[in-house]
Amino acid sequence: MAPHESTSGGSSTRFDPWYDHYAHRTAGLSASEVRALFAVASRPEVVSLAGGMPYVSALPPELVTSSLERVMRDSGPTALQYGSGQGTPELRERILEIMALEGIRGSVDDVVVTTGSQQALDLVTKLFIDPGDVILAEAPSYVGAIGVFRSYQAEVAHVLMDEDGLIPQALREAIERLKAAGKRIKFLYTIPTFHNPAGVTLTWERRLEILEICRANDILVLEDNPYGLLYFDTPPPHAMRSIEEDGVIYLGSFSKTFAPGFRVGWALAPHAIREKLILANESATLCPSSFSQFAITEYLATSDWKGQIDAFRGVYRSRRDAMLSSLQEHLPEMEWTVPNGGFYVWLQLPPTLDSKEMLPRAVKELVAYTPGTAFYADGGGRNMMRLSFCYPNEETIRTGIRRLTSVINGELELLNTFASSGPVVTGQIPVISPAHVTSPPPNTN
Amino acid sequence: MDEFTPRTVLILAGGISHERDVSLRSGRRIADSLRAQGISVELRDPDATLFAYLEASQPDVVWPALHGAGGEDGSLRGLLDFVNVPFVGSRAAASRLAWDKPTAKALVDRAGVTTPRAIALSRDTFRDLGAVNVLDRISAELSGPVVVKPAQGGSAQGVTIVDDPEDLASAMVHAYRYWDVALVEQKIVGTEISVCVIDTGDGPVALAPVEIEPISGFYSFEARYNAGETRFYTPARVSDEVAARASEMAIAAHSTLGLRHISRVDIMVDGAGTPFFLEASVMPGLTETSLFPRALEVAGHDVGWAYLALCQAAVRESRA
Repeated sequence: MAPHESTSGGSSTRFDPWYDHYAHRTAGLSASEVRALFAVASRPEVVSLAGGMPYVSALPPELVTSSLERVMRDSGPTALQYGSGQGTPELRERILEIMALEGIRGSVDDVVVTTGSQQALDLVTKLFIDPGDVILAEAPSYVGAIGVFRSYQAEVAHVLMDEDGLIPQALREAIERLKAAGKRIKFLYTIPTFHNPAGVTLTWERRLEILEICRANDILVLEDNPYGLLYFDTPPPHAMRSIEEDGVIYLGSFSKTFAPGFRVGWALAPHAIREKLILANESATLCPSSFSQFAITEYLATSDWKGQIDAFRGVYRSRRDAMLSSLQEHLPEMEWTVPNGGFYVWLQLPPTLDSKEMLPRAVKELVAYTPGTAFYADGGGRNMMRLSFCYPNEETIRTGIRRLTSVINGELELLNTFASSGPVVTGQIPVISPAHVTSPPPNTN
Repeated sequence: MDEFTPRTVLILAGGISHERDVSLRSGRRIADSLRAQGISVELRDPDATLFAYLEASQPDVVWPALHGAGGEDGSLRGLLDFVNVPFVGSRAAASRLAWDKPTAKALVDRAGVTTPRAIALSRDTFRDLGAVNVLDRISAELSGPVVVKPAQGGSAQGVTIVDDPEDLASAMVHAYRYWDVALVEQKIVGTEISVCVIDTGDGPVALAPVEIEPISGFYSFEARYNAGETRFYTPARVSDEVAARASEMAIAAHSTLGLRHISRVDIMVDGAGTPFFLEASVMPGLTETSLFPRALEVAGHDVGWAYLALCQAAVRESRA
């Protein structure tokens, strides 16, 4: 199609001469009104409880600048050069030390450094998924993972969770149902610790049980653990990879414990998979950023990085407390999760509300959140929303929850006005599984 | 280049509105086009520092490329007038009239311009009189498909085409999420066209009507801002007579509302060839998928040249 076709009257255009050339898998890649509404979140007047941006201001700048200076002084030419597709051995050694904190033992040979763990997620999906293959994922699941899975034309089958994480019996039933339907299940994608977006943590007993279920059904486990070290009260159970080596690919990241700007994450994979991951990594980017790897290695070698993680914990704990107490004060009739770590609270609204539909009202009230439907591949989560407490400070969080309360009340009032006209006002009201409902929080004040 | 050619242009884009993203896109496009003409351009998201900045930098012209409330409702334009800064586009009072769709419809109707039958209703009306009663009355009076839209706003945000009266309540709720007054308008079935009007000092000129054919059938937000989702025909595939009537309608609306420099008038042409005025935009989208730059190109104008001419007109008028 030419950019400007001639017609009898003049010319026509679609502003995209390649519109008919795109691959089928790109069907979902389009600008949406919801995405456009999020543009206001960048304005300082708007309280954004939407994004999961780490509070990098809690990282003393001198720690970073001194690391960068030493890298340039001692290893400049190497740090500025291409590197290995697997990542530098020095950083991989350091990564082993970090993973040991969560009970993981591995070989430096089995670590593959990637451009954020998001790229590891992409590479693993590329390695395993043919169009139509099934990926099991919690309900809800990480929005960034769902995007990757869609891009490889996977079918995402959500599995129910509760306040203790993924429900083993629900997993068994899902596997049975999918197998009976002749589906090919490739892996279980899970965020067992301080789940994004649900905020809950899988218990140790369930970790054992879920690994056993997956082992029995030849299902690989993709364990995504960016938040594990950011606990508030008590350390979480050890990683699933600490229990099982051959059946688990583990994804880690420096984005939450150091800084996302470096874009460094990693995968720890069984030997055979690791070989393919390295080749896929080289194919995608040639190599992860050498400079970022050198900088992080230097930071880990010369600074009190564990103390810094402690500092992050303190910041996030205080912000979580502010969010929970504010929810208790303003929305006591709602239900939400109580995270012991990580960045997120998962809020359940009355069943008549649709958090995505409410977004224009939220823009007017100068508050932003992430609608629940973003975390489902099947349209679920309409009356849910994710609230992030990682970036705004305590006072801003309290302001945000006050504004959110106004949004919710305004929406309820509007729906009540039209309630007598029949059950049409919010379209289809989803059936909410009790498993989505978490216990009301204890008195968090 | 002449004595009215600005050396510096400040483009205001972004703001806090539902159309912030569209505004940012428009602003960047205007900036690119003017820079290609050799003009020094500053792009700025208006905030509490704006007036201090204006005082310090003293740009020759401001282009408020803000869509949505704040940008198109006349508020900012009124303030620019107060501080005697030349700016591109309609003045505050005219912006306010055009921005409010029921007001604009009433004014052009009074001037003899055909516009679909409609009713504007605040959400309080439904609360006070009972939603069922009001919905029933609307359905009885506006038979057939209707279009429900927020009385203020753009980019098809909050707009629903209602074919079944059962869906009217849902459409009203959707519109009220954007604005407290909604317009319910008889849907005209036919050809959707837009006429862009430009006035660089010699009087308003209507560019050739652009026909809009969204693939989905509805010129939604997604159809507007995802390249490829809509096909545009320039000039529209209508008879010369209909095209001329649509152009006359656009000029009449532009003049009746007192608009200045630039506007886009949206029109539906029914099966009998009668054009109906829908709304006028005082800050039409100027993004990479917008109608205005497309209409300029097809008319043989260089977009950058046209934008510069608008800036020159603003300077010239400020010195008159």
